[in-house]
Amino acid sequence: MGMPHEGASRVAIFGATSGIAKAVAKLYAERGGQLVLVGRDPIALADAADDLRVRGASKVCFHLADLADIEEAREAVEAALRALDGIDVALVAHGSLPDQQRAQSDAAYAASQIALNLTSPVVICEALAAGFQESKKGTIAVVTSVAGDRGRQSNYVYGAAKGGLQRYLEGLRHRLHASGVHVLDIRPGFVRTPMTAHLPRNGSLWVDADRVARDILAAVSSRRQVLYTPFFWRYILALVRALPRSVFHKTKL
Amino acid sequence: MSIEQVYSAWGRGRHASASHKAIAPRSVFDAIRAFSHQRRNVLAYGRGRSYGDVCLNPGGLLIDCSGLDRFVSFDRESGVLECEAGVSLGDILRVCCRSEPDGSAWFLPVTPGTRFVTVGGAVANDVHGKNHHGFGTFGRHILSFDLARSDGSLLTCSPDENPDLFAATIGGLGLTGLIVRVRLQLRRVPGTALQVRDDRFNSLSDFFALADDAQDDWEYTAAWIDCLAAGSRSGRGIFSRARHHPGGHAVPPPLLPRKSIPFTPPMSLVGGLSLRAFNALYWRKLGIRTTRTATASYEPFFYPLDAVGAWNRLYGPSGFHQFQCAVPTRTARDAVADMLKAISMAGEGSMLAVLKTFGALPSPGLLSFPMEGATLALDFPARGDTTHRLMRRLEEITRSAGGRIYPAKDSMMTAEAFAEGYPRLQEFLRQVDPATSSGFARRVDLLPAACESGAYGNAT
Repeated sequence: MGMPHEGASRVAIFGATSGIAKAVAKLYAERGGQLVLVGRDPIALADAADDLRVRGASKVCFHLADLADIEEAREAVEAALRALDGIDVALVAHGSLPDQQRAQSDAAYAASQIALNLTSPVVICEALAAGFQESKKGTIAVVTSVAGDRGRQSNYVYGAAKGGLQRYLEGLRHRLHASGVHVLDIRPGFVRTPMTAHLPRNGSLWVDADRVARDILAAVSSRRQVLYTPFFWRYILALVRALPRSVFHKTKL
Repeated sequence: MSIEQVYSAWGRGRHASASHKAIAPRSVFDAIRAFSHQRRNVLAYGRGRSYGDVCLNPGGLLIDCSGLDRFVSFDRESGVLECEAGVSLGDILRVCCRSEPDGSAWFLPVTPGTRFVTVGGAVANDVHGKNHHGFGTFGRHILSFDLARSDGSLLTCSPDENPDLFAATIGGLGLTGLIVRVRLQLRRVPGTALQVRDDRFNSLSDFFALADDAQDDWEYTAAWIDCLAAGSRSGRGIFSRARHHPGGHAVPPPLLPRKSIPFTPPMSLVGGLSLRAFNALYWRKLGIRTTRTATASYEPFFYPLDAVGAWNRLYGPSGFHQFQCAVPTRTARDAVADMLKAISMAGEGSMLAVLKTFGALPSPGLLSFPMEGATLALDFPARGDTTHRLMRRLEEITRSAGGRIYPAKDSMMTAEAFAEGYPRLQEFLRQVDPATSSGFARRVDLLPAACESGAYGNAT
C-alpha cells in the first residue's frame, strides 16, 4: 500500500500495457491513485490491475478497447470519465513503431500506422478535451517521440505521425489555455520497452521506462508543456533540427 | 521473435558478456509458451547481477524476464507475497516494506548486497545476506513457486508438492526450468531503521571473537577486511553489526540509483593507487575511535554500492572478477589467513574484501552455497594471467579447506572444484530440465558442452 494522499489522483491510461504506461501507472498506484486502464488484451489488463492494487492503488478498473478503432477509442474516453467520475490526469500512451521499409512499399500498412499513431490519439484527445473543458482542470499527457522533431530517412512514417501529433497538441494547448487544462507533450528518446524489444539496446542513450515515468510525473505536477526525457534529448534534438539540409542529407540518421 | 543482443553479467569484460539470441516475454503466459517451445540450450536472465557466466548462455538463447515484473497479491495480515519472477527486491521494499505508524513493518527476510536483483534470480542462486546466522538463505523463506518445464508442464513446487524439484530449483542456477511466479513469506520487524555498530579489529582471531559475541543479539553482521595490510597487520578490518531499531522508520530506497557512472573509462580506474587509497581511508573510517554506533536507514548498511549506478564500469572494458568462497568452521581461520597472504604476495588487492560467518541453519537447495563456517568475498580487476593465477591459488586453498566457491560470483572455478564443493550434484542432475544450459554449467562440466535433447536424466 502506498502512502494515501489527500485527494488521490484519478488517472486514465490509454494503451495501459505499453512499457511507459505501465511504469507511470506504477508510480500513481504507489501514491494511492485511482486508475482506469484502457487496452485490448484482457489477460494483460487483469494482471496489471492486480499488480497496481498490490502497489497501493485505491481503485483500479479497466476498459477493453482496440484504440485503432476510432469509435472504440471515443467510447473508451467516455467509459473512463464515467468509471472514476471524472479524470485528473489522462495519459495517452498507445502506439507502434512501424517498419519503415515496409511502410514505403505497403500503402495500407503505412496508412494503418499513421492511423494508430496520429488519428487515434487525436480522437482520444478531442474527447478528453470536451470532458476536461467542463471541469476546467486536469492534465492531458500524450506520449509523442523525439522522432517527431525532424523527418529522417530511417523512420519518417513514424516521425510524421508523431510530428503531426506534436503540432496537434500545440494547437490543443492553445485552445485549452484559457480553461486551465494542462496539455503535456512527452518526447521520449530510446526507452527499453516491448515496443523496442526487437532493436539492439546496449547503447548508453537507452534508459528504462521507470526513469521516463519519473520524469513524466514531475512534468505533470510542474505543469510543463513539452518534456524531453531523459533531459539530454532536448539538446540532441536542438542540434539535429539545427543541422542545415546540406549536412543533414549526408547523414545516415 | 528473438533478437541478437549483448547480455552481460555484472563482472563485464569478455568473461562476463556475450552476444545472445533473446526472447523477452511480456507476460507469464508468453513466458510459459516461449519456454515450452524450446528443446535445448536456453536460460532465464533476470537483471544480470550475478558476476560471471551463471546468468549467461553464449551461443544459446536467453529468456529475458524483465517483463515478468508484476505483483500478484500481498496479504498484509500474514506477510505472504506472491509476485512474478522478474520483480526486483527493491520493488518489494518499496511496495511491501513500509513502516506502519508504530514503526513495525513487513520486511525482506534475507537480502543480498544489492536490491537490484530479481526474485527469480534470488531463488536460482539461493542468495544470502548479513543475517545468515539467524535466517539462513533466501530459499528458506520461499513458500512455493511455479516452474515452467520445457515439456509444457507448469508445476507448483513447495516443500510438500514436487519437493525434489523444489530442492533442486532453489540454488539450481536456472537449470531446472523457468521460474515464473514465487510465493515468499516476508518477516515482521519492529522497525525499518537499523542500529548499527562498527568495531575496528586487528586480527582474524579478533574477528571470530567479535562474530561470536555479536551473533545472539545482532541479527546482521559482516566485516570489511583490509586486504592490503601485510605482516602483523594482516587480518585487520572493521566489524559491522546491526539490528532493527524498534519504532524506527526508514524510507524505502529509490528504484533507480541516485547517481550513475555515465560511461566506461578506457582502462580500469580500480587498482594500484586507488585501491590503496580506498582501503587506507576505509580503515580510518572510524577516525581515532575503535567503535562507533548509530541509528540509520538500512540502505547504506545493506546496499552501499547501490548508491552509485553502473559502478562496475569503473573497472574499464576488461571488467573484473569476483571470488567468494565458503569454508567450514574448523578450517576457516587458517584458510582465510592463507588467502589474505596469497593476495598480498600476488601484489593484488581487492577493492572490497568482505568476511562474514555463516550459521548452522541448513540451506534448502541441493546446490545452495552457504555452509556453516565463514565466507570471504573479493573482487579483482581483470588483468589476465596474474589475476588468473591468484584466483587459482584461492581456489586451491578453498578446496584443501573443504570449502566451496559461489557460482553466482564465479567466473574461474574449475570443474573439479565444483564437483568437490557440491556433493549433491548427482541428485541435482536428475531434476535438470533438458532444454536448459548456461555458460557456467558448461564451463564446470555440470552439463555437457553440446547437449542433445534428453541426453541426460529427466525425472518428470
